[in-house]
Amino acid sequence: MTTRLARARQFGTVIGLLVLSGVLWALSPHFLTVANLLNIAQQTTINAVVAVGMTYVILSGGIDLSVGSIVALSGVALGAALQSGQALPVALVVAIGVGVACGLVNGAIVSWGRLPPFIVTLGMMSIARGMALLFTEGRPVSGFDEGFRSLATGRVGFIPVPVIITGVVYVIAHVVLTKTTFGRYVYAIGGNEEATRLSGVSIDFHKTMIYAVSGLMSAVAAIMLTARLNSAQPIAGMMYELDAIAATVIGGTSLMGGEGSLGGTLVGALIMGVLRNGLNLLGVSSFLQQIVIGAVIIGAVLVDTWLKPRAGRG
Amino acid sequence: MRGIRKAFPGVIALDGVDLALRAGEVHVLLGENGAGKSTLMKVLSGAYQKDAGEILLNGRPVEINGPRDALALGIRIIYQELNLVPHLSVAENIFLGSAPTRWGGIIDWRRLYATAGQLLGDLGMEFSPQTPLRALSLAQRQMVEIAKSLARNASVLVMDEPTSALTSREVDQLFTLVQRLTSRGVAVVYITHRLDEVYRIGHRVTVLRDGRHVATTTLDQVSIPDLVRMMANRDVGEHFPKVRTAPGVELLRVERLRRRGVLDDVSFVLRAGEVLGIGGLLGAGRTELARVIAGADRPDSGRVLVDGKPVSLTGPAAAIRHGIGLLPEERKAQGFVGGFTICRNIALPHGRRLGHGGFLPGGCEERLADPIVKELRIKGTASQPVKLLSGGNQQKVVLAKWLAGDAKIFIFDEPTRGVDVGAKVEIYNLMNRLTAAGAGIIMISSELPELLGMSDRILVMHHGRIAAEIDAAQASQERVLSAALGLAG
Repeated sequence: MTTRLARARQFGTVIGLLVLSGVLWALSPHFLTVANLLNIAQQTTINAVVAVGMTYVILSGGIDLSVGSIVALSGVALGAALQSGQALPVALVVAIGVGVACGLVNGAIVSWGRLPPFIVTLGMMSIARGMALLFTEGRPVSGFDEGFRSLATGRVGFIPVPVIITGVVYVIAHVVLTKTTFGRYVYAIGGNEEATRLSGVSIDFHKTMIYAVSGLMSAVAAIMLTARLNSAQPIAGMMYELDAIAATVIGGTSLMGGEGSLGGTLVGALIMGVLRNGLNLLGVSSFLQQIVIGAVIIGAVLVDTWLKPRAGRG
Repeated sequence: MRGIRKAFPGVIALDGVDLALRAGEVHVLLGENGAGKSTLMKVLSGAYQKDAGEILLNGRPVEINGPRDALALGIRIIYQELNLVPHLSVAENIFLGSAPTRWGGIIDWRRLYATAGQLLGDLGMEFSPQTPLRALSLAQRQMVEIAKSLARNASVLVMDEPTSALTSREVDQLFTLVQRLTSRGVAVVYITHRLDEVYRIGHRVTVLRDGRHVATTTLDQVSIPDLVRMMANRDVGEHFPKVRTAPGVELLRVERLRRRGVLDDVSFVLRAGEVLGIGGLLGAGRTELARVIAGADRPDSGRVLVDGKPVSLTGPAAAIRHGIGLLPEERKAQGFVGGFTICRNIALPHGRRLGHGGFLPGGCEERLADPIVKELRIKGTASQPVKLLSGGNQQKVVLAKWLAGDAKIFIFDEPTRGVDVGAKVEIYNLMNRLTAAGAGIIMISSELPELLGMSDRILVMHHGRIAAEIDAAQASQERVLSAALGLAG
């Protein structure tokens, strides 16, 4: 939403990112180097892309716990297609098809089955993971040609290809969210589903599409991940759902739906990327990092809730 | 209770109301929807704070600042929705939160069941205290709720429409129980809409109207028509700017609509240029009727014709395509998206028309909404979310949604509820403009003066049926109210 409150909130997130970066700059001479910043950008890409789908779903008042498993299933489908000698475009279509199909199933059951998204996507989380393991018999699919791997390793000028892919994804997703009827309905459904229904909007159809978007984003993330690792692993994408939810929520999207923006989510994903990178540079143990990141998530939402009643009424 | 006054923003709900209860009496509280009965009882039970007046118990002034105070003073309310836990036993429910304990915290089960059993016996109830609550009928659950109040030594018991869901045999049981209560010296306040019950159970009656005390009298001194007269004749207080338009062609015909439990064989016709008022008590099926016509709920049988042609209302989208626009009763929950701006809310039903291949051209929502915002004089800035607007302006936004399209059949469900006086008149004027332009309006209203003042014809619903059809010229508050109460007339 372009309300003053939402803008103020997003501004706050950007300030949070800048303050965090300033502190890390002061503490570590390596932080503010071009090489490290590109490194952060590249490490953030996958979470940032998954979080796009998550933002759509959360904006509509839902949740998608299956994104990590869909990344794995989509990835192994891609890997298998490539290894069986399919052309790259065909393999990419297969990966995307698998992701979108999983999302459609999620959305259809949530819409027409009238089940809570939490339950449906929890089930899909297990089903997609199981299918990935079954399909590969638990073994990774590895070793792809240079052309495919350039999706992760290549650069245009000095900018890594994944960063460009992520940028394109954000621009398109942002335009869809703000300039199309579909985007309007995403916010409207999350803001007041009943009022939207009574306005003649097909809730079932649009909800299904929203989960399909989330599946699509998982597939794009799967392509980037498989190219980076040069391997498609059935156990890939573990805990991605939590990172994506965290980025969305830190970015100011309300878990109740209806309020938030993709700009916020991108900043949220960057905060998580910068934090991880900075803590690594400072030599903080990975165990301690988990604690810090958890505290940041709670802190961000806490600040949100404190700000809301004062600004929301009036 | 003396001189109780309670105001909400824009409305005085109670204005100097007196209510005196005697030990051992059943005091019936009567009044139309919105007369102030519930507000008065909420003040008594501490759910609301009174603005002025005093409450005396046994002659001593008492302060009731919250539900806890009221409970401590022995004042209890039994609402229509019972506050019981279905999975616990009868005895556990009776002593919920105050179970007898030993050794500082261990529940003394033997004593719990023994005390509960004795209490149930005293009240003439035939089920054991060990029975799980979910095994009981609704009437029996109500009795458990009463036993629960007695276990806490209630001296004043308020019952809010306790018989609305009971069979006649269960009503008999309940009344026997109420008599036992009064013989123990409990004062019972009995709220009901069933006038026939009033004489069976009540000793005295107090009638409220428009938040004011009309009369308190013993029941042997008044007849049912007297009571109806006291409840009706509400202050019109405001002038209704009704402009009559000669009714035109038939716009909407509803034939034998049924929906289980809420609508029973409803048929009527709406013509161009007329306001068809629908009266009735809460729960009479008015809102349910509106929702069926607006495509929000499906009927079990019956059909709806628009312009003489049967239409299949498969959902709100279909109803909108046929030019039906609904102003829902629950504006906030159903009328608008609170976080959206005025323009986006107005444009919401028109996305398909506005979009070019799914894309919304820049400013198209504003171009659609601006003329209507100006016409209706909706006050608010372009970027302000609708949830921050006043009730009247919010209602105008919901209206504007349908004005932006080509709706010609409007269903207004309580159009002026929670709306300030100025905005009310604007909404009435707008209804005149719509009918003058050939639209038909179905107006559901619990405000009798509004119903009489703005309708051309009035349908009165009772228990899901059309109980009466009255021409506005011959309508009186008493006639409408009698029909709404299910009395012949």
